[in-house]
Order: sequence, then structure tokens, then C-alpha cells
Amino acid sequence: MADPRAGALVAPSRTPGRLVGTIARQRELSLLAILIVLGAAVSLRAPQFLTLSNVSQVAVLASVTAVAALGEALVILTRNVDLSVEATIGIVAYVVAVTLESHTFGAPAAVVVGIALGLVLGMVNGILIAFLRVPSIVATLGTLSVFRGIDYFIAGSHQVPLAGLPDGFTDPARSDVFGIPVFVLVTVVLVVIGTAILRSTRFGRQIYAVGSNPEAAAILGIPSRRVVFTAFALCGALAGVAGVMWVMEFGTINGTAATGAVLAIVAATVVGGVNIFGGSGTLAGAALGALFLGFVANALPLIGLNQFYLQAIYGVVILVAVAADALILRRLQRSRTRRSGR
Amino acid sequence: MTTLTAAAQARPGWSRWLARWEALLIVALLGLIVVGNSLSPFFLTAGNFANLIAALMEVAIMALPMTLIIIVGEIDLSVESSAGLASALLGFLWMSHVPLPIAIPIVLAVGALGGLVNGLFVAKAGLPSLVVTLGTLAVFRGLALIVLGPIGVSDFPPAFTELGFGHVPGTLIPWPFVIFVVLAVLLTVILHQTWIGRQIFAIGKNSGAARYSGVRVSRVKIGLFVLSGLIASLAGIILTSRLSSARADAAEGMTLTVVTVVLLGGVNIFGGSGSIPGVVLAVLAVAVMQNALRLASVTVEVQSIALGLLLILSVVIPTSAHRAKSAIDRVRGGRPPPADSVPRGEQRIPTVEEERS
Repeated sequence: MADPRAGALVAPSRTPGRLVGTIARQRELSLLAILIVLGAAVSLRAPQFLTLSNVSQVAVLASVTAVAALGEALVILTRNVDLSVEATIGIVAYVVAVTLESHTFGAPAAVVVGIALGLVLGMVNGILIAFLRVPSIVATLGTLSVFRGIDYFIAGSHQVPLAGLPDGFTDPARSDVFGIPVFVLVTVVLVVIGTAILRSTRFGRQIYAVGSNPEAAAILGIPSRRVVFTAFALCGALAGVAGVMWVMEFGTINGTAATGAVLAIVAATVVGGVNIFGGSGTLAGAALGALFLGFVANALPLIGLNQFYLQAIYGVVILVAVAADALILRRLQRSRTRRSGR
Repeated sequence: MTTLTAAAQARPGWSRWLARWEALLIVALLGLIVVGNSLSPFFLTAGNFANLIAALMEVAIMALPMTLIIIVGEIDLSVESSAGLASALLGFLWMSHVPLPIAIPIVLAVGALGGLVNGLFVAKAGLPSLVVTLGTLAVFRGLALIVLGPIGVSDFPPAFTELGFGHVPGTLIPWPFVIFVVLAVLLTVILHQTWIGRQIFAIGKNSGAARYSGVRVSRVKIGLFVLSGLIASLAGIILTSRLSSARADAAEGMTLTVVTVVLLGGVNIFGGSGSIPGVVLAVLAVAVMQNALRLASVTVEVQSIALGLLLILSVVIPTSAHRAKSAIDRVRGGRPPPADSVPRGEQRIPTVEEERS
């Protein structure tokens, strides 16, 4: 896989220090290595950890986080953040479930409506941040509260039971194609499409450019506002997809669906090597990050820790990943200065 | 308004705008009081005011250090979890038969330590405070859950619950309000009348220039995060006392209200300007608004929508007004307006080229 940093505007012609550069580039590989070591260590204590059924269960559950993390990755690549994704997932999940229960739409229409709703909510964020110039942290903290409030408001105390959904709607969460769970396939397809867009289209290169150096991007005539707006809109749409998957996965939906999920989503994104300073990282990394956190969550009870540790672990993961990124970035800059002989 | 002068000197040209913002807040406050009064005959009673103030005191107390942190150009999203950790730890210590005069200082010390962790990550490692405190938001809440689990501790002695629930003898003034006023006065003096406050404004306006002028930027920032952690734990203790219940999920979601109050108070989200009196006015405005909404039987869900919109508007309005004013100035051919500072979302480690320039 090509070095995403090399394609960015930072300094394509200068080669960073070899060792540091290798580490920086191999976040996906090192994450895989950690995953394997973790898996081996846990399965020593709990042999059921590495069984096929457990692994595919973890992967299916992680797919929901992973799809949302893809959207979060697009936003973080532009040097912004979206804290409202969990509310978007929640509201989409409820709307899809309740329209299915009341037979307003058939299953395919409900899925389209859910994704479209996510897109619209993402566009609201995009307008606030790109055109009204509200810092993304404030805007999405506000819309987190607004979207969740709307979710509570329309849901009230109503809960859509699994039996309220049409027959077969939740099947994709439980079925597989040639032994690969459908959710995992969906995630892989989205990662492949997204990676192709990021690597090979003008919009994709503009996302990296805006994130790694907004001033330079502006000088080059890159329409950074439109790029940031599109990133937030796509993030909303992907959160919509995750919302639909949420319904299929859990079946029973009320107004509190996905509360607190934003920590896992941001943690998955940064642990997957998407640099919080923007401009570097890959979608495959974000998806692997979600898988990693999924395994950690699954391993906790097997090694005798209760679920209360999960939140603290998400926090520590965010801190460690961000600190590592900053360290690598600093080393890169230092070695770059040395090499350019200044 | 003498308290405004420091802010005005720190950011020339903003003084009139700030003064106007605070005037706007006073008008909004009076308007809300009129609306509230028309909703219920009990609105303008002393008892109701004591209640509406008491319900917002934890937020108000946490908003004071948050004001300083946002002025310095950072943010602390972890305050709600610091308060939650304080509550859980207090419950745990009380359950383990540690007397309160020993438990409370321990809780405060742990809060300050948490703030120190934030400060070191932000100031020494140069990481964006947004992500660091998002991480510690999860870590502190996780620690609270680990310490206390899902249980609630509520057998506190009456002397302790009096702190959060009681009034100053002979009046209707709640004790937390007294704590808030003392802290507000103290921080107003520090921010607007001392060299420390000058340094805070200087860093927020231009961190690099402040450093080259001999301001110890990282020391100031670390100090502010420690203060924030300390005061957030104090708020957690007050909350525990007021509800006479220690829980690991205490104060969940409170950061949103704290940040809303600070930005509504006219503090610039990009750092460099703002005032404590403005934030105090915003606390009153939000307290009155929530009370009026409650009297109008507006549901909690709609209140959370209102709060989110308020947060966004309190950034959109001043930013748009500033841009409109700049545009008008440009058309008139006046001197170019000062460039907006780099938004927090766009902060990063300065590149070598920037360091050299």
C-alpha cells in the first residue's frame, strides 16, 4: 500500500527517515500483529476466544462501528471531528425501525430513507462547519444534543420490538456468503470503494490536501469548504448505513440506541492510524481499528474483567494512539529538516 | 464596567463588541424573566429563584475554569467525567469508612491529578486538547465505573448533604451559590486584574508571540488544567451532596451545558477574549431559560434541543457578525480587519518552517 503521507501536500519530494517512516506507514500491519498476539494470549486462558463462531461474531459486531468509523475517518482526514455520529446512528436506527413497524415503507425503501436521513444530518453539520465556520468540535457537540433530542422527542417511550420488524429484515446480520458474514462483506466493499476514491479521484486527493495543509490547499485553489462539506455529508451517510446495520444487528430499538458509541468510533479511527492532525491515514486502518476494539471488548469478560473497564480502555486507546501519532509526526519533521540540510 | 478593561486591552477593537454582547445578554435575561413571569405567578418569587440557581450550580462552578481554558485557546471536555469520578470516589471512600474530612481532600487531590494529566498531554506533548480530553472523558468515567460499579451510595451524614442542599441560615441563598460567587470573584480578579490573567489573554491571542515574550506557556496551561480538574471534582462533591447520592454516572452530559454557558457568555471559541462577568450573566440566562421552559411544561428532550441550538448560535452569531463587519470595513476602504485566529479544530504542531518564522 502506498504511503498516504507521500501523496499529501506535506513534502512529496523529501524522504522521511527510513525507520520512522516505516513505522508511520505500517500502522495497519502493526495493528494486525497486535491483534494476533492478543488473540493468542487470550486464547491461552479462554480457548473459545479464537473459535470461528466467536471470531465471526466479533467481526459482525465490529462492522457496525467500522462503517461509522469510515465516515469519521473522512472527517478527521480534513482536520475536523464529528461527535454527532452516535446521535445520527440512533435517530436513523429509530426512524428505520418505526417506519418498518408501521408499514410506511417496505424494507428497501426504509433502508434508502435511513441512509438519506443520515446524509441530510451530515449536510447540516457540513453547512455549520464549512460555510458558517463554526469549529467542528462546537458544531457537532451542539448537533449531538440536537439530534439526540429529536430522537428522544419522536421516540418518546416507544420501543420497536424485534417482532415489529418485517420477517427477514434482520437476516443480513446473521447470514453469510461463502462463509463470510454479510456485514463484513459490506464493510470490506465500502472500504475498497472508499479507498479507491481517496487514492484515485480528485476529491480524494483534495481531502488529504485540505487536511495536511489548509493554507497550501487554499493557495492551490482547492475548494476546501466544499471538500469539508462533502466529507461531513458522507460521514452522515455512512452513519446512516451504520444506523440501518444497528437495526439489523440488535432488532429492538428505542430512542437511546447508540448512546455513547462516539467514543468507540473515534477510538477506532485514531487507533487505526488516521492522524488526528489531519492529512494522513487510511480507511482500511479505521476498519481494522474497529475490529481491534471489538476483540478487546470481547476478550474482557474472558480474562475476568467486567464491562466497566471498556470505557477506560477506549480512553487510554485514544490517548496512546494520538500520542504515538504526534511523536511520529515530530520525528518526521525533524528528520526532514536534517535531510534538507537546514 | 471596569472588569472589561483587561479584556479590552488584550484585544483592542473587541471592547465595544464585548460590551455589546454583554448588553445583549442582559436584555435577553430581562426578556426571559418577563416571559417566565407571564408563565407562572411563582416565577418571580425568591424561592423559585433559589431553586433555579441551585439546580445549575455545578455547571456554573465548572464554567469558571472552562472560561480560562477556552480563553487560553484550549478546551476541557473531561470535566463531566472528573465530576463523576469525584462522586464515585467519594462514595467508595465513604463506603470504606473513611471519614469525610479525609475523603474530601483525597477526592480533590485526585481531581487535580486528573487535570495534571490533561495538562501534561496538552502542554508538554503538544497534543490537541480536544482529543486528549475526549480520551480522558472516557478514562475518568471508566475509572468511576471501576471504583464504584453500578451501585449508588446514599447514606451520607446530614452535615454533608447540608452543603449542597441547605441554605445560608436566615436566607434562601443556597450554599453552592456562595461557593460559586467566591470562586467567580476570585477568578475575575485573577483574570482581569493580574499578570496571570494578562498571560492567559496573551497566550490565547497569539501563543507563539507570548512564548517569545517570555510567557511560560506550558506552565500556564498546565496550571489551568489542574485548576479545571480540581474545581470539577469540587462540583462533583457538591452534586453528590445536593442529590445525597454518589453515583458513577453523576454529571453525565454536563460538559455540553458548561461549554454552552461559556460560549454564550461571549468567550471567543478561538481563544484570546472573554470575561468572567459575561459567563456569570450567561449562567443566569441559562438558569432562567431552563426554569421558564420547565414552567411551560417543555419536555427534557426539547430542552436538550434548545441547549444544542443555543451552543451553535452563540458561535454562529458573533462569527457571522464579525465577518459582516469585516466585509463592511473592506468596502469602506478602512484598514483590513485582524485576521481570525486559527480555529481550534485546525490547531496542530507548528511545522519547522512556522517555528522559524
